[in-house]
Amino acid sequence: MSEQRIVTNIENGTVIDHIPAGKGMKVFEILKLEKHEDRSVILINTLSRKMGRKDVIKVENKEIEEKEINKIALIAPNATISIIKNWEVVEKRKVVLPEILENVINCPNKNCITNSEENVKSKLVVEKKEPLKLRCWYCERIFGVEEIL
Amino acid sequence: MELKIVWSLKNRDIISIRDLKKEEIELILDEAEVMEKKLKNEEPLYQMKDKVLASLFFEPSTKTRLSFNAAMQKLGGKVIEIEYSTATKNLIDKVKMIESYCNVIVLRHPREGSARLAAEISEKPVINAGDGSNQHPTQTLIDLFTIRKLKGKIEGLNVSLIGDLKYNAVIKSLFYALAVFKANITLASPPELQMPWENIEEVRDKFGVKIFHTNSLHSAIEEADVLYVCGVKKDKFGDIFEAEKIQKNFRITQEILENAKKDMVILHPLPKDIEIDSSIDKTKFAKYYEQASYSLPVRMALLSLVVA
Repeated sequence: MSEQRIVTNIENGTVIDHIPAGKGMKVFEILKLEKHEDRSVILINTLSRKMGRKDVIKVENKEIEEKEINKIALIAPNATISIIKNWEVVEKRKVVLPEILENVINCPNKNCITNSEENVKSKLVVEKKEPLKLRCWYCERIFGVEEIL
Repeated sequence: MELKIVWSLKNRDIISIRDLKKEEIELILDEAEVMEKKLKNEEPLYQMKDKVLASLFFEPSTKTRLSFNAAMQKLGGKVIEIEYSTATKNLIDKVKMIESYCNVIVLRHPREGSARLAAEISEKPVINAGDGSNQHPTQTLIDLFTIRKLKGKIEGLNVSLIGDLKYNAVIKSLFYALAVFKANITLASPPELQMPWENIEEVRDKFGVKIFHTNSLHSAIEEADVLYVCGVKKDKFGDIFEAEKIQKNFRITQEILENAKKDMVILHPLPKDIEIDSSIDKTKFAKYYEQASYSLPVRMALLSLVVA
């Protein structure tokens, strides 16, 4: 079976493609797919014409939500999301890192007010894209991806 | 005809020095000059007549609290205060309740970002009097006013920031502001208390200023026009003994000032601990008491521009 068949061969669910090689496990973790009740697969170091090597995740019976797409964008800013229904790709889109991530991930600063006050949504502003740096709107601290995830 | 932009701070929240343009900072400093003259002439002032300042301090800071209260009263206004409390939860409820009693809120809170949150939920302007180790913008305005007063300018001066550069909100605010004014900045701290790299990178990228690093007090002092000294925040260390050891190794003494420029000045946000030897208080270098006296005209200027 070709690698392409392995990636697309699910009846219903989501395929996350073009994840940089080696980052698939991290995407799997932040989406908490280990808790997903149906099957999930990670393809590591699969061949890619564009990227040389890439990771791919397919998840059965789950449509990735906007908030989750924003999380993926933190690790794999060029990933593509394909929604599969009845064996067909019904929607395909690139993840886009928004300028502001609201309520996507908690501020890593434990002393930030967003981590103590109830009903306050976290708000992280993209300060720099390469390498990715985010600033907490409230505590003003700047974080790299490794500190956030 | 030349168009002139008129800067205004009316109803503005003062949360972070990052929010202020250079022209807005200069507006506050110029207004503080006016206030200082009026104080000297003992002119009666009424800009804040019938206005109320709500002072919300969730951690002790005698100098900041008293100088805000005095500034409001000098302008003819009134002050209401919460009983000092370390119960920092439910900030939203407290701000929502108190805003209806006042025209301006001055907030001191141990959590970073608390002032920004308060400003988002309050209809009344909020002034940040220190939010954890994040920002202390009004202290920075006092520091800039003092430097301008003593040296006639800020741009191009060699300013050395010395001590705890990691946890101190005063230092982080001042560091950014000095970059706005294109001062040459030297950072001197024990290795454990260095300025976070992200803060350094930020001001370099935005303002292209020269920043020097050193672990040596001698080299930080040699070329300095201004020494800004901050003590070690002992509560950030698990081991108080370790904190004291670090502080003792990084202490300003008469001996260490032997190679300083003759007109160099030492500033400190006060109160001091052991980071400056008390014998220095009487020398020509010590300007921290003068600096503290400027907290009144600067905070009067700020209140007047934001509220009156």
